[in-house]
Amino acid sequence: MTASARLPAGGRIDREQPLSFVLDHRLLTGYAGDTLASALLAQGIRLVGRSFKYHRPRGLLAAGVEEPNGLLTLGEGGRRTPNVPATVVELHEGLFCQRQNGWPSVDFDLMAATSWLAPLLGAGFYYKTFMGPRRGSWMFYEPFIRRAAGLGRADHLPDPDRYETRHAFTDVLVIGAGPAGLAAARAASRAGCRVTLVEQDFLLGGSLLSAAIGSADDILRATLEADVAAMPNVEVLRRTTALGVYDGDTVALVERHDHARPDPSKGEAREVVITLRARAIVHATGAIERSLVFGDNDRPGVMLAGAVRTYLNRYAVAVGRQAVIATNNDSAWSTALDLAGAGVGVTLLDERIEAGNGLADAARRAGVDVRHEVRLCRALGRRAVQGVEFARRGGAIERRACDVVGISGGWSPTLHLTSHTGSKPTFDVGLDGFVPGPFAPGHYGAGAIMGTRSLARSLAEGHAVGDAAARHVGAAASAGSAPAPTEEAPTGHAASPPDRAPGRGKAFVDFQNDVTTRDIELAHEEGYHSVEHLKRFTTLGMGTDQGKTSNVDAARHMAALRGIDMAAAGTTTYRPPYTPVSVGALAGRSKGTHFRATRRTPMHDWHLMNGAVMIEAGPWLRPWYYRWAGRAVGSAYVEEMRLVRTGVGISDVSSLGKIDVRGPDAALFLDRVYVNAFAKLPVGKARYGVMLNDDATVLDDGTTARFDDNTFFMTTTTAQAAEVMSWLEFLLQTAWPELRVQVVSVTDRWAGMSVAGPKAREAIALALPGVDLSSEALPYMGVREFDLDGTPVRILRLSFSGELAYEIYVPADKGTSMWTHLLEQAAPLGMRPYGLEALASLRIEKGHVAGLELDHRNTLDDLGLGAMASKSKAFIGRELAGREALKKPGRWSLVGLELLEPTAKLRGGAILFSRHDALEGHGRGYITSVTWSTEHHKLIALALYEDGRMHEGEEILCAYPLKNEIVRARIVSPMFVDPSGERVRA
Amino acid sequence: MKFLSRYSALALARRALTNARWQRAWRSPDPKPSYDVIIVGGGGHGLATAYYLASRHGIRNVAVLERGYLGSGNVGRNTTLVRSNYLLNGNTQFFEHSLQLWEGLSHELNFNVMLSQRGQIVLAHGPSQLDVLARKGNTMRLNGIDAELMERADVQRFLPFLDYSEQSRFPIYGGLFQSRAGTVRHDAVAWGYARAADRLGVDIIENCEVTGFQRDGDRVIGVETTRGLIHAGRTAISVAGHSSQVAAKLGLRLPIESHILQAFVTEPIKPFLDCVVSFGAELFYISQSDKGGMVFGGHIDGFNTYTQRGQFPKVQTIAECAVALIPSMSRLRLLRHWGGIQDMTPDGSPFIGRTPFRNLYLNAGWCYQGFKATPATGWCLAHTIAHDEEHPLIRHLALDRFERGNGHDEYGLGLWTYKQ
Amino acid sequence: MLRIPCPHCGERDYTEFRYAGDATKTRPAHGTTDARAWHDHVFLFVNPKGPHREHWQHVQGCRQWLVLERDTGTNAVGRSWLARAGEPS
Repeated sequence: MTASARLPAGGRIDREQPLSFVLDHRLLTGYAGDTLASALLAQGIRLVGRSFKYHRPRGLLAAGVEEPNGLLTLGEGGRRTPNVPATVVELHEGLFCQRQNGWPSVDFDLMAATSWLAPLLGAGFYYKTFMGPRRGSWMFYEPFIRRAAGLGRADHLPDPDRYETRHAFTDVLVIGAGPAGLAAARAASRAGCRVTLVEQDFLLGGSLLSAAIGSADDILRATLEADVAAMPNVEVLRRTTALGVYDGDTVALVERHDHARPDPSKGEAREVVITLRARAIVHATGAIERSLVFGDNDRPGVMLAGAVRTYLNRYAVAVGRQAVIATNNDSAWSTALDLAGAGVGVTLLDERIEAGNGLADAARRAGVDVRHEVRLCRALGRRAVQGVEFARRGGAIERRACDVVGISGGWSPTLHLTSHTGSKPTFDVGLDGFVPGPFAPGHYGAGAIMGTRSLARSLAEGHAVGDAAARHVGAAASAGSAPAPTEEAPTGHAASPPDRAPGRGKAFVDFQNDVTTRDIELAHEEGYHSVEHLKRFTTLGMGTDQGKTSNVDAARHMAALRGIDMAAAGTTTYRPPYTPVSVGALAGRSKGTHFRATRRTPMHDWHLMNGAVMIEAGPWLRPWYYRWAGRAVGSAYVEEMRLVRTGVGISDVSSLGKIDVRGPDAALFLDRVYVNAFAKLPVGKARYGVMLNDDATVLDDGTTARFDDNTFFMTTTTAQAAEVMSWLEFLLQTAWPELRVQVVSVTDRWAGMSVAGPKAREAIALALPGVDLSSEALPYMGVREFDLDGTPVRILRLSFSGELAYEIYVPADKGTSMWTHLLEQAAPLGMRPYGLEALASLRIEKGHVAGLELDHRNTLDDLGLGAMASKSKAFIGRELAGREALKKPGRWSLVGLELLEPTAKLRGGAILFSRHDALEGHGRGYITSVTWSTEHHKLIALALYEDGRMHEGEEILCAYPLKNEIVRARIVSPMFVDPSGERVRA
Repeated sequence: MKFLSRYSALALARRALTNARWQRAWRSPDPKPSYDVIIVGGGGHGLATAYYLASRHGIRNVAVLERGYLGSGNVGRNTTLVRSNYLLNGNTQFFEHSLQLWEGLSHELNFNVMLSQRGQIVLAHGPSQLDVLARKGNTMRLNGIDAELMERADVQRFLPFLDYSEQSRFPIYGGLFQSRAGTVRHDAVAWGYARAADRLGVDIIENCEVTGFQRDGDRVIGVETTRGLIHAGRTAISVAGHSSQVAAKLGLRLPIESHILQAFVTEPIKPFLDCVVSFGAELFYISQSDKGGMVFGGHIDGFNTYTQRGQFPKVQTIAECAVALIPSMSRLRLLRHWGGIQDMTPDGSPFIGRTPFRNLYLNAGWCYQGFKATPATGWCLAHTIAHDEEHPLIRHLALDRFERGNGHDEYGLGLWTYKQ
Repeated sequence: MLRIPCPHCGERDYTEFRYAGDATKTRPAHGTTDARAWHDHVFLFVNPKGPHREHWQHVQGCRQWLVLERDTGTNAVGRSWLARAGEPS
């Protein structure tokens, strides 16, 4: 560790606000306004991590999101977050961070030994080895590779922090608050638009933030910020990254609050994902500096020239005392001049013959030692740069001692977001970089993203597109005049395309993934030529920085090897997100119990308070069983079944889909959608119906009641309720608009409860004494609607269990009072509630099909319902039901099974075989549902079996190899209870 | 200069220590005027077909035509899962054959495709869901395929960091584990097949788009391409999401819609998850790559498109699943998400085999499952082309199966699942 | 995010809608016994890359089925109208 590199004055830091933080258990101090990176550099900490493959010591390369090296692990326990670039972390009190990917430590890393094997570990080496000695040997090697790979370590503890999502709308979205973005926001807001300005940094200004305090650029920045702040119609979102631009001009943003140490117990969110719909979008995302490719260019202390300037001016950190600046363009001259101004010794190496206007004079005045037409060959030093070797083309190598090297290989427009929309970047030879392709209507670009390096032009462009965006959304007011810079800084570009300088050592193109020029040459040698093959073969650009500093250099190198130009070489496709985003932020509050909405019946609270154990049924929570009947489901459901078979029970069936079908053609409509006839269903009666899909598989079943000529009340299964509703609407609105029918979902309007058991009539009579429940007045499948003290009540005499049963429907808000009234009044009869498990078991005993049989694979015949199909009318699915494979023998159809081995078990999912079959292959069927039969005192099941009922009486085998079980069972009728239906008609 | 063709540790050492150089992985030939077989589509399936034609059927005068760069389609965009936990008769055998081919593939191709058999668990979130899985597991065992049923406690011992808390919206009830399932390095599959096919004489022609077909009555006799007319004895179409587009050039309408399926990867981290986990509450699956990224995916976006761009709400839905399944995923950071065009079919099963045109074969409609099928598809399609008769393992996947009522709905989700 | 103009409710996120594919196919008349026509209707698709007319239902809004013009090559959204009303002239 060297002495503090912090300058005594200057910078955008608040020296009155020191902040303590911990790095690898060392207590350190920085200031408010620092990033973690600037605070580390200020403390003289150069070595920030180890590289992915060779574990080379690495220092910070950049000052922004493009940082490939300085990835730290922040936080502990459930808050542990690996791989965070120190350059994007706003320093805050108590920040806890660790360097990563070194063993035993980053300072002393034994894994660096992999460097010695580097000649063997070129790109894609793993495709060529680790295959022997046997098939499957990779499984021996892989754990070592997996342990060596990865970057930081994540924790398995749940994240205690809170995340939010929100939706927003704006007229003009401006992405990036550099000079162009500020000018655009200023213009669009003055034109009267609602403007949203997003900036990933915690300060506005972009490149202007890197100018010295008090300089003309600094004053300009303050003016622009004040102009924008003065407009009430501009929403400024700092610390907010535009992650991606999606269809419909929707932009995903993430706003970060880590700096404020949000407290989840106070409802404060760590990150907020905003889905913003914009009517126009201004892309002012700037540009990212490229590095230079030379030997050992990854030594700590070799940094992007722009970053060196940012650290100097914004954070008052002089990264070294003796600097070498190497460049192929004018921008790095500002770094050299500012460093010299701060008393740092500077040597400037420019690959070009000459620099832009006035720069040579300025450098001479500042005492910068300028050398033209030279290139860096190699950096010296190991854990920190100690000097450089450079040479003229073909000339002798010279050395220069230094402790920081600032490099600039030109600037790549930040066109990730424009690429997300499908616009292909085009290569600009003058700029020597890719610029955005054609913009979609309503999209605009300004400033460095367009390849503009001049501040004055960036401001003018920003103003112009801000105005244009405002016109696009229909704004009428004048945007006024563009802001003007007080003086033009040296930002002329004039890059010379770099080429590979001679020199020893590894020359890195992608720092994070350790991809060197040799890897690119290897890819070329093996034929992985296209940019996508190059990327995938070498892993170039696939690190956490997604190749922000390296993609263009790599493509250029490959293009040179192939002898083609950059436009032909192209670039890989940029994918969202622009920078990595927490999975938790994307999930927002949809986690834990809020992962998905929970649907509750009107009687939900009663169930909870009265001993129900609930279970998920799709989106619903339903009572599974009640504790009155037992402590575990296995015993409780049998007790509840017994109650229904011998006395009376009540269960909540509110989750059934309920659809009101009304209109003069309602009966005709039902005739079309159900396989059986409904047109002649008398008023006051209900009928069980089955619907098919167009392909003749069973879609759903349920009961539909007729309350008057034109009014039907349809019920569907819980699972298919939404599906059936949309299907009916689809038919009425697209296929048969001529039918005079309206359908309305009334699922949530009615609470439903089924009272079942031999004493059901008595029970209801106790509760509803005025209602005539006699079989004459209310026969089986009869329905009745009446008014009870102003409350409409519907009673449908139908049965799912095979017992005498009634379904009672009342408005949802009356559900609990009716439910408790029934229970209270029928208490003398011993009525109690029963849950879903008993409900499902009772129906198995009765041979009713449900979810496990209605799996979209089965036809009417398969489910034993073929006789229901009307011969006299058409219905949906009829026309495709006759296809040969649906009619031929050998299909699996519904049967009952009874267990023949009293000590064994029948299990759902067992595969069925005849006694003579070899137990292999797919069998002749399988068990869908199993229950204990209180009627027969044995386990019974519903199953699908080849030519099912033809085998009634036959003994078969049920194979369950997952538990090494084979049990004997007999095929019987699926109707285990009251096959003649006397009970339901009692 | 000496060129190294065969891959081995020794060859790596020779490349490092001598001036020997690697032979190109595959040549870049110009198309010949005519081939015995032309395969349209240089993805995993097309390349595997070419390789097996050359290596198993002695048909080496073969061209693979690729519109973009080799492997630019779904073989390089998927979540790299391989498994053979299939229920229906036909599917079980086909995918098991595929898995067995995967198990020998690195040796077969002399290219390490990094088959990592760390297992896959499919979770159940209720008793009936576990029964459905049990049926599948029993079927697998009865077909000689490994499968293991886990109760909740077994799952918790195995993967202690899933959500077993009271807060879990869909509590884990159990699961079905296949230990031989796992992942494969997807690009390596395309490259490995390409290199091996190339060595056997197959011409792999990139940047060559098919613009039309030459016909003689109901026979297809050649293809028109952006690099000229090429005659073909037999032609196979294997272009995944673009199947309808290519078939339309012959006036064929297919039971296919093209949809986008998104895939996701986080930043690389040290070993975090040692197997593949499939959520049971919604379609969601996750694994960790050798490089360290958590790779995951879910359902298609839900409307047909050829844009290869996903919708943001789906990104959020998938992230929600990740956190619901593994709460500590919350802190990991999504690095990249992308889309591939899926050829979706009414019953979720593909079509492989002959077509209404003589000498024309189709391989399409792979929905979510094309990658794991790559070796077996190549194997069976090569057989079908060579013999002009469907391989027994794909007889249930005929293009005209809906005419006869032979839909093959592996997951029991019904017609055109996406409409739900 | 795809934004769909609902003729009743205005422009909304596609997540409020349910998709049902190609709207250019007409369902065979009810009771038509031509199995081939039903097969083609249920199972075959043009699946174009380019202009597409498709059915969407505004399930979280007015519950109307509408026909939307959308380019499947770009996802650019065009006109929409209520399915029951037919294409406006």
